[in-house]
Amino acid sequence: MSDKDTVQVATASPDQPQPFAELGLTPAEYAKIKDILGRRPTAAELALYSVMWSEHCSYKSSKVHLKRLAPNEEQARKLLAGIGANAGVVDIGQGYAVTFKIESHNHPSFVEPHQGAATGVGGIVRDILAMGARPVAVMDALRFGPAEAHDTARVLPGVFSGISFYGNCLGLPNIGGELAFDPCYAGNPLVNALCVGIMRHADLKAAVANGPGNKVVLFGSRTGPDGVGGASVLASATFGGGDGKARAKRPSVQVGDPFMEKLLVECCLELYAEGLIEGIQDLGAAGIACATTELAAGGEGGMRVTLDDVPLRDPSLTPAEILMSESQERMMAVVAPDRVPAFLGVCAKWDVEATVIGEVTGDGTLTMTWRGGTVVSIPPRTAADGPVYQRPMARPADLDSLQATAPDGLDRPKDGPALLATLLALLGSADEADKSWVTAQYDRYVRGNTVLAMPEDGGLLRVDEQTQLGIALATDGNGRYCRLDPYRGTQLALSEAYRNVAMTGATPAAVTNCLNFGSPEDPQVMWQLAEAVRGLADGCAALGIPVTGGNVSLYNQTGDAAIHPTPVIGVLGVHDDVRRRLAAGFATDGAQVVLLGATREEFGGSAWAHVVHQHLGGRPPAPDLHAERTLATLVATAASDGVLASAHDLSTGGLAIALAEACLRGARGCRVTLPGDPFTALFSESAARAVISVTPGREDEFAALCAAHGVPATVLGQTGGDTLAIEASFEVPLPELRRAWEGTLPALFG
Amino acid sequence: MRIGVVTFPGSLDDTDAARAVRHAGAEPVPLWHADRDLRGVDAVILPGGFSYGDYLRCGAIARFSPVMAELVPAARAGLPVLGICNGFQILCEAHLLPGALTRNAGLRFITRDVRLAVANTDTAWTSHYAPGQQLLVPLKSGEGAYAADPATLDELDRAGRVVVRYANAPNGSARGIAGVCNEAGNVVGLMPHPEHAIDPLTGPSGDGLGFFTSVVRAFAGADG
Repeated sequence: MSDKDTVQVATASPDQPQPFAELGLTPAEYAKIKDILGRRPTAAELALYSVMWSEHCSYKSSKVHLKRLAPNEEQARKLLAGIGANAGVVDIGQGYAVTFKIESHNHPSFVEPHQGAATGVGGIVRDILAMGARPVAVMDALRFGPAEAHDTARVLPGVFSGISFYGNCLGLPNIGGELAFDPCYAGNPLVNALCVGIMRHADLKAAVANGPGNKVVLFGSRTGPDGVGGASVLASATFGGGDGKARAKRPSVQVGDPFMEKLLVECCLELYAEGLIEGIQDLGAAGIACATTELAAGGEGGMRVTLDDVPLRDPSLTPAEILMSESQERMMAVVAPDRVPAFLGVCAKWDVEATVIGEVTGDGTLTMTWRGGTVVSIPPRTAADGPVYQRPMARPADLDSLQATAPDGLDRPKDGPALLATLLALLGSADEADKSWVTAQYDRYVRGNTVLAMPEDGGLLRVDEQTQLGIALATDGNGRYCRLDPYRGTQLALSEAYRNVAMTGATPAAVTNCLNFGSPEDPQVMWQLAEAVRGLADGCAALGIPVTGGNVSLYNQTGDAAIHPTPVIGVLGVHDDVRRRLAAGFATDGAQVVLLGATREEFGGSAWAHVVHQHLGGRPPAPDLHAERTLATLVATAASDGVLASAHDLSTGGLAIALAEACLRGARGCRVTLPGDPFTALFSESAARAVISVTPGREDEFAALCAAHGVPATVLGQTGGDTLAIEASFEVPLPELRRAWEGTLPALFG
Repeated sequence: MRIGVVTFPGSLDDTDAARAVRHAGAEPVPLWHADRDLRGVDAVILPGGFSYGDYLRCGAIARFSPVMAELVPAARAGLPVLGICNGFQILCEAHLLPGALTRNAGLRFITRDVRLAVANTDTAWTSHYAPGQQLLVPLKSGEGAYAADPATLDELDRAGRVVVRYANAPNGSARGIAGVCNEAGNVVGLMPHPEHAIDPLTGPSGDGLGFFTSVVRAFAGADG
């Protein structure tokens, strides 16, 4: 690409060949750009369109499906801002609003695990910051190849060190998340980062450039050659595994500086508090290209930018590279001219470099000049809106046979010792094992408002020290369930996150999602995506809570093999009084242990089938959203009345894993009697269930509450002792359980 | 009583330190790294975090900030100063406290609730504790292993200047040292975070509050 490819040059040389295919554009997309402009694009314009029209930025394949997630009237009532803004904003009462979002950094984390994961945290934090909120916590949902696989030993420690390095230095508590393993992620790990922020209602900020004459200010780190084209090249390409392709793409991964991000956070919050900005946009994927087009497209007029004024780390960058660079820790603001000196003063206080690079115009055009020539002149909405594709869809050819291969015929443990061996195998599997090895590298205390964090079912933060208002958060996903049935699987992920939030005593209020799928050019993947979105939309409608935003990550595959469809669902809840929070561990001796919900024989996609038999087939458990809703209401009511001593949801591994975890986390045993077939009672993964312990003396009250809410309740036994005792099956000392649970990750990863 | 909390670029636990000061019944006063001004406070806390990113060596740059030019002579003249985590590192770099903090044994960042024993109750920040009292307080650091030459360690032991000791040091600290003080006992530094243990709702215990009530009570006694 020529440095001096101006609009004038482009107009005079209509037939000059351009590398649109290398930038990820199809011939049809390239033709459409020429059609929009009435000439061929300049090199800078081509770069800009290529990143803005990338799958990552434009959602061109998923947009037609995501429309389903628009909130209905009941769902919209809790929102201050919905899908389309940087992140959805939820009204949590008392004048507070919360914004939260989860985003993928899968491809960068495979290429360079430490920086990929670190900048994933940084990116989502700026997204939340751009809404006007103070970021207050992060979570991570992580999925890797088999725990014992060679490449997992390369990727996993790097991802943890990146999250630990960036999050700890930035000063945000890491309050939970997920860690799962499956062969389908071996060449394509999933690194999804969630951030949550809090603001007062009046603090909400918009990504708009309005008011001709207002200045456009770029502030934060300098722009360098790192991450050039990350959005278009990395996130649209499939990886060839160990054939060296990944190494060739290394320069596409950005490098993070959490110290600069911390300064940027405090600087922005002071700028907001002083009322110095008209509009704000974070710089993430597609860098300046994205920030300028989205600000201009969000406003009424146009924008003129002088690219020579962009502070550079490398003065040799071309206009196209300046536009595409994904250098981290940058923001862009629209500032009234008379406030520019005060704006620059706040930036100087925080040692944040800030430069006026342009201004808002009234001509409806995004214009950029460089070395005296005009290198970009486009209608900004044409870049911001992007194409929309109705991709072909087809039910996966193997799905019928997969669903027909139910786990019914697999060998089941038949006596007490065999049941115990199964429990120990599951408890020690990488998916179910204690995650302290990971969470011990994260700061969960900073900012002093963390009430619950990993390993609890949901994270819980205090929002107001006077009123004790709080928010709860959880993320969940299950690729195996979704592989068997993406509609059901997505509803199960939603149900589990919803249930996890409810277990803290909070009332679920809103949903975010990160949709991790294979190539949209594969009709079978598109069918999975469509089914997952349909499941999510129907599920959220049934639960009465809105989807406030999300992120789609496609092309997660190695060669032709896509990952399991893996929607990761985040649920936010509101807690009226965090002092009434519930934890998962048995908290007191002599408490009645009760199983809530109905248990059916459901083993399709279960932890038992996977760990013991390496089997995947049949149908996943049936979601029951009505039952989830009544269970959540019951637990919230009982928690606020002080009737419950602990609450833990049942998920993978069923009642067996839930009881073991409740014992280990509370350092207290229990003795229980199972209803019906002990194997089904212990290991079935039926949804909408929880195991709780009742505050001693309040048993009748709780039984009456269960009856009033219509939640099936089975009294199992009592807490106490130092064993997990299953009558007529087995009794195991807690230290033995603990060895199985705690030993796995340290043994694997040191 | 007014207690200053210094914010350096990259300070993270400054709001937590201010909260702990309030819980102890004193008024927190924000101090800015770039100001050569202690605003007439009666004591100062250097909070946890990664001052200036800690890209050179923990606390090595913060030591040269303008506020330290005021703080160092004030501390030598008897002003109570508490350094927590990064604050401890800064106090060592500023030579207000002996020794240094080095990479954890195991080389990983460690977040863990640790058991501490109070070894010296004669300092400005621990007088409210009983000798030998056991505390449960979060530790969260990557460079928290206390190191000093044997003569210094002997001297600290001999003079009773080890303020808190780990029951089981997870980070390889010499002689299990979690915190030390200067000769006069007005300057105390420790790696664990007492400001994160002022309320069992948000910390592992309320055991850490004593650091802050100690200085507040001593001041009230001296004042009244």
